[in-house]
Amino acid sequence: MSDQVTLKIDGISVSVKRGTTVLDAAKTINIRIPTLCHHEDLCVAGNCRVCVVEQTGTDRLIPACAMPAADGMEIHSNSLKVRNARKQIVELLVSEHRAECTTCYKNGNCELQALSHEYIIGENGYINLIPLKEYTIDYYSPSIIKDDSKCIRCQRCVRTCDELQGVGALTVSHKGSEMKISTFMDKPIYQVVCTNCGQCVNRCPTGALVERHYIDEVWAAIYNEKKFVVVQTAPAVRVALAEALGHEPGEIVTGKMVAALRRLGFDAVLDTDFTADLTIIEEGHELLQRLKRALKDKDPDVKLPMTTSCSPGWVKFLEHIFPEFMENLSTAKSPQQMFGALAKTFYASKIGVEPASMVSVSIMPCTAKKYEANRPEMYASGYQDVDYVLTTRELALMIKQAGIDFNSLADDDYDSIMGESSGAGVIFGATGGVMEAALRTVYEVVTGREVPFDGLNITPVRGVEGVREASILINKTLPEWSFLEGVELKTCVAHGLNNARNVMKAVRDGSASYHFIEIMACPGGCLGGGGQPIPTSSDIRKRRSSAIYQEDSQKVIRKSHENPEIVQIYKEFLIEPLGHTSHKLLHTKYTARERY
Amino acid sequence: MTRIQYSVTDMANKHGRSREALLPILQDIYQAKHVISDEDMVNVARELDISAAHVYGTATFYSFLETQQSGKYIIRLCKTITCMMHGKNPVLQELERILKIKPGQTTPDGLFTLKETNCLGQCHKGPAMLVNDNPHTQLTPESVREIIDSYRREALSY
Ligand code: SF4
Ligand code: SF4
Ligand code: SF4
Ligand code: FES
Ligand code: FES
Repeated sequence: MSDQVTLKIDGISVSVKRGTTVLDAAKTINIRIPTLCHHEDLCVAGNCRVCVVEQTGTDRLIPACAMPAADGMEIHSNSLKVRNARKQIVELLVSEHRAECTTCYKNGNCELQALSHEYIIGENGYINLIPLKEYTIDYYSPSIIKDDSKCIRCQRCVRTCDELQGVGALTVSHKGSEMKISTFMDKPIYQVVCTNCGQCVNRCPTGALVERHYIDEVWAAIYNEKKFVVVQTAPAVRVALAEALGHEPGEIVTGKMVAALRRLGFDAVLDTDFTADLTIIEEGHELLQRLKRALKDKDPDVKLPMTTSCSPGWVKFLEHIFPEFMENLSTAKSPQQMFGALAKTFYASKIGVEPASMVSVSIMPCTAKKYEANRPEMYASGYQDVDYVLTTRELALMIKQAGIDFNSLADDDYDSIMGESSGAGVIFGATGGVMEAALRTVYEVVTGREVPFDGLNITPVRGVEGVREASILINKTLPEWSFLEGVELKTCVAHGLNNARNVMKAVRDGSASYHFIEIMACPGGCLGGGGQPIPTSSDIRKRRSSAIYQEDSQKVIRKSHENPEIVQIYKEFLIEPLGHTSHKLLHTKYTARERY
Repeated sequence: MTRIQYSVTDMANKHGRSREALLPILQDIYQAKHVISDEDMVNVARELDISAAHVYGTATFYSFLETQQSGKYIIRLCKTITCMMHGKNPVLQELERILKIKPGQTTPDGLFTLKETNCLGQCHKGPAMLVNDNPHTQLTPESVREIIDSYRREALSY
């Protein structure tokens, strides 16, 4: 049996690998078949039926997303019968949909809206069933709004939460006309196992799942003359923001982004990459301290492997599902929260601003960061350390609201202090980046030499596979670290919480042993975060990733401990890693949570 | 009323811990307790290492599993088209009148829960309803009054 099959779509002959769906075969010859429940990151569901096509010789219409291409097929993707069927399907969906586009957050970026337009469904379709339906809008979460009246039950969210995230916070409950997307016992999202990662938000084709936005609050702060508004920007925002402003994926727009933020009226434009470097110093020393206690002091209470703690979705996931591993989480706060704690203490006194009149805003690729900023642990400065978290999408919208022509902006530089970063801080935005950044520093602290990788590029921890392992042999240590002589430091990198779950299971049953594990909740790391521009796909994530590594390689300083502002902040304020001030401001505690 | 002692772990031991074991375990719990509580659902999820939301999804899909505490007698009146045409609506109205509850509710004395359900396979003798496991067919407003009375008497005689 040959590996290839040949079929005809709309009269055009095409050969594809056996197993390719009709939908993907059509894509290769640039024929777009509309879809709703289909998403390339997820398994086939085949429930919405808008992708139906006609096949010569059969009466029934077939779903292109679920039908494998076969030899000799003659497919018609745009016959009258197909168009009529699709139109009716969209009309039926809309009849159960609270189609109030002008007041909907998804307006202009909604797949259902686009299809309704394409098929000109008009007003005389099926009767509007919304007045007869009971639906709930859950706006209690600081991260996500779930509006059942906008849900078309395509189940992309359920598949995302299961297949990519292994969380299973969402399910299909009830049946028939009562069928809906539910959490456990239909509790509000903030009360259940949901990690706020926003991966479902990134894949929902309608306005049923969206981020909770804080744009108006931020404008109010900017226009309040009594407030000094600082903004920080996460590593992954600069490689994705342009997508939401009409550019191709993979463009780095750091300088334009800084310029735009200044035009929006922020009083200081600073960089989360700076506190990413700081995280490396604190977390790296914490790892070394744990290794010392384990290997030198033979302390039975020390917990290894240590896992990273900068992804708030991962942290919450562990608190729910693996609470027995809570002490394995690094106590280091995420870069966002380190920044927040320092902004209203160190930075405020540096520039002579009362912390009470400072408003701290962060631009994140992430919806879980909104929740993290609201955690009760995050008031180290005496105030809420980070007041508002905006996603990359929200920033793009603010730039549009302000009438700024993004393309014509001249590059601008971050303010100082807390604006300088190393390449190590930049790669935090990609899966494997924290590990690579930590190794660049830890190896050098222990041996006095640079990591033995060409151009400091620790390629074994880079890549797209869900779980990657790498080990690095430590030798010729400095005298102080002689207990690490000959130790093979075993590391593991995982992204997407389903992979994280598998790694932790292996650690629990003893089938894997590591010293250090990096986990990012989102596929691809922060660059694939739930607050990034929609759509997402493996190709888009790859392009953002190349941009991040390109930015790293172009940086003069590549290692966190060589960032001059990091050196300065330790000299002036923090004194030493894991010191008294660090403990107060930069480290945190965790909370065990329910399993649902 | 004697309650069968059970633990979710025993049931998982009996039915296994694969995904297919979910429904039999839920049925057993329902048999034993007449309700599948939040706590039981979380325990099932833990035993089978699946999400609690999915346990809830399965439990709510089936008409014969309940996640809310229900009355001693669960009335399930068929709402499908044949029974509807045989006069289900007056029967429902009569049930609502004498029980003073709407579908989905339970009487304050905890005796009756009124529900509507899909076809019970008794279409030729509609309208039909089930009270717990007992079928009642060819219902009229008069006959349901008697049926309800007989369950009230049965409850009193315990
Ligand atoms: S979800 Fe889409 S179609 Fe529905 S109201 Fe919002 S924009 Fe309109
Ligand atoms: S919430 Fe969104 S992704 Fe989930 S089923 Fe509804 S429309 Fe689809
Ligand atoms: S935000 Fe993440 S964890 Fe929460 S429901 Fe969506 S995919 Fe699942
Ligand atoms: S996209 Fe094919 S059935 Fe939904
Ligand atoms: S329609 Fe009522 S039993 Fe079948």
